[in-house]
Amino acid sequence: MIQAFAFYLFAAIVIASGVLTIGARNPVHSVLWLILAFFNAAGLFLILGAEFIAMLLVIVYVGAVAVLFLFVVMMLDVDFAELRAGVARYWPFATLLALVLLAEIVFALAAWNAGTIVAPKASPTMQDVSNIELLGRALYTRYVYIFEAAGLVLLVAMIGAIVLTHRQRSDVRPQRVSDQVRRRPEDAVVNMHPGVGQGVEL
Amino acid sequence: MTAWFQGLLGYGFGWFVATLILVLLIALPLMLAVAMIIYADRKIWAAMALRRGPNVVGPFGLLQSFADGLKVFLKETIIPSGANRGLFIIAPILTFTVALIGWAVVPFGDGMVLADINVGLLYMLAVSSLGVYGVIIAGWASNSKYPFYSALRAAAQMVSYEVSVGFVLIPVILWTGSFNLSDVIEAQRSHVFFLNGFAFNPLLFPLSIIFLISAMAETARAPFDLTEAESELVAGYQTEYSSMSFALFWLGEYGNVLLMCGMTAVLFWGGWLPPVDWAPLYYVPGIIWFFAKILFFFFVFSWVKATVPRFRYDQLMRLGWKIFLPISLLWVFLVSGYLLATKAQCPTDAGALASIRTDDEADRFMPSCRSHMPNLGGRDRAAGDHQ
Repeated sequence: MIQAFAFYLFAAIVIASGVLTIGARNPVHSVLWLILAFFNAAGLFLILGAEFIAMLLVIVYVGAVAVLFLFVVMMLDVDFAELRAGVARYWPFATLLALVLLAEIVFALAAWNAGTIVAPKASPTMQDVSNIELLGRALYTRYVYIFEAAGLVLLVAMIGAIVLTHRQRSDVRPQRVSDQVRRRPEDAVVNMHPGVGQGVEL
Repeated sequence: MTAWFQGLLGYGFGWFVATLILVLLIALPLMLAVAMIIYADRKIWAAMALRRGPNVVGPFGLLQSFADGLKVFLKETIIPSGANRGLFIIAPILTFTVALIGWAVVPFGDGMVLADINVGLLYMLAVSSLGVYGVIIAGWASNSKYPFYSALRAAAQMVSYEVSVGFVLIPVILWTGSFNLSDVIEAQRSHVFFLNGFAFNPLLFPLSIIFLISAMAETARAPFDLTEAESELVAGYQTEYSSMSFALFWLGEYGNVLLMCGMTAVLFWGGWLPPVDWAPLYYVPGIIWFFAKILFFFFVFSWVKATVPRFRYDQLMRLGWKIFLPISLLWVFLVSGYLLATKAQCPTDAGALASIRTDDEADRFMPSCRSHMPNLGGRDRAAGDHQ
């Protein structure tokens, strides 16, 4: 009973906040609704018994990706009139996209119900092993090359981003902490004994 | 206790009532602890500045926090006319809630944990990553430039330090082989060379320092309190807040600090285990050791706040990305290398696991195996009763 209640609660909030993400006038509100949707999706994963994925969803999407989204969107100066003009121009294309997605979902559901091609339907086995361990076994044995390749793709993306944004500036003097730490009193202070009426030559 | 309520009220409802009571048993003392810890913080800070600190309300000024709370409670809640009303009110509530929910997975003693889930550590990471939303939303909803600067700083700061905290936790997880916080403590009974893991673990010690510093940055405590730097940003994201909404930020902040102190104790210093492996110390209940450790780390937090000047923003980023990240990455290799080189994999069959009775025998295997060994002789293993 409680599972059904929790499912309908989470599912209803996911759908409602998804609709509000699109419908909200203020882009910051949109992002906040999106975060609520992520959060409740994590709740749905929990009900499925995939607690690892649920936590990852919260850590990665809510904790990092959405923060950066919010960061960018908060600083945007959005012109609402222009946005509305955009809606009028793009709605046929958007409708087409939505229809294609809907069709794909219907096909995928139908195919899944009909059974997969090679193996019986995948479902979590071995109740006494936590799903982190099961995921680890699958990722580091059977899919190890694909997993490593995924890591490489991310590395390339990271290096690409750094290369694109990195610039060497010669007109700034950055702080060099090691120089500051290495500096000793005898490098900086000289004790002078100038005679009467004489100055100090620096 | 859960079982008793379930017998009385039926399975589902009994569980609900018992959990509710346990939640209150954690949350209400926590509120009290936060009030007293604010007093302690001010006293420590004052002592280090050669001042007296609060000493008027109650004996030694002990009731100062309650007087402040009452004062704040009676003030008018002011919502700026240009503010985004809904979000402006939600932000402090969010900060406060997030500071509370983290305590659900903290093991206070052997078996004394509200939610003994097997992703406890990830849950902590998730909760600490949510903490930034209160600040960001408050900064944006205030519709004022200083809170907004503060929100942007908070976003960048917390995302940066999340990365180094994540990498610091990986060696801990490698060491303990579990995300469950009770298992994390249990695995620290293993030895490094001749040193006991929960008294002093030389491999994880540098990480515990990094974690403590990152925790200060995550909770935006001095010297990393750039989000509320009073010389630059008035009071940062709290500038437009007044009355209870301001108090909620305050409570949430100290709740988070206590949580981070607790996490340092759990992850690196053996949680509810006594500070050294000496038999008489096990007669003291584990929860007292745990609180003592939390208080010690809170003292370190106050100490740092009283003595270290505030970081500049670029120095903060440099510390996180260029120092902590490489060191913790290196330590991932070091710890995994040590474990692979010196420890054997867990025996898989139940008979072999049951035959291990002493610490020396258990030390041949990965530290994570300890929670699977039913006959391992722990001195206080039978002491704590499960809820």
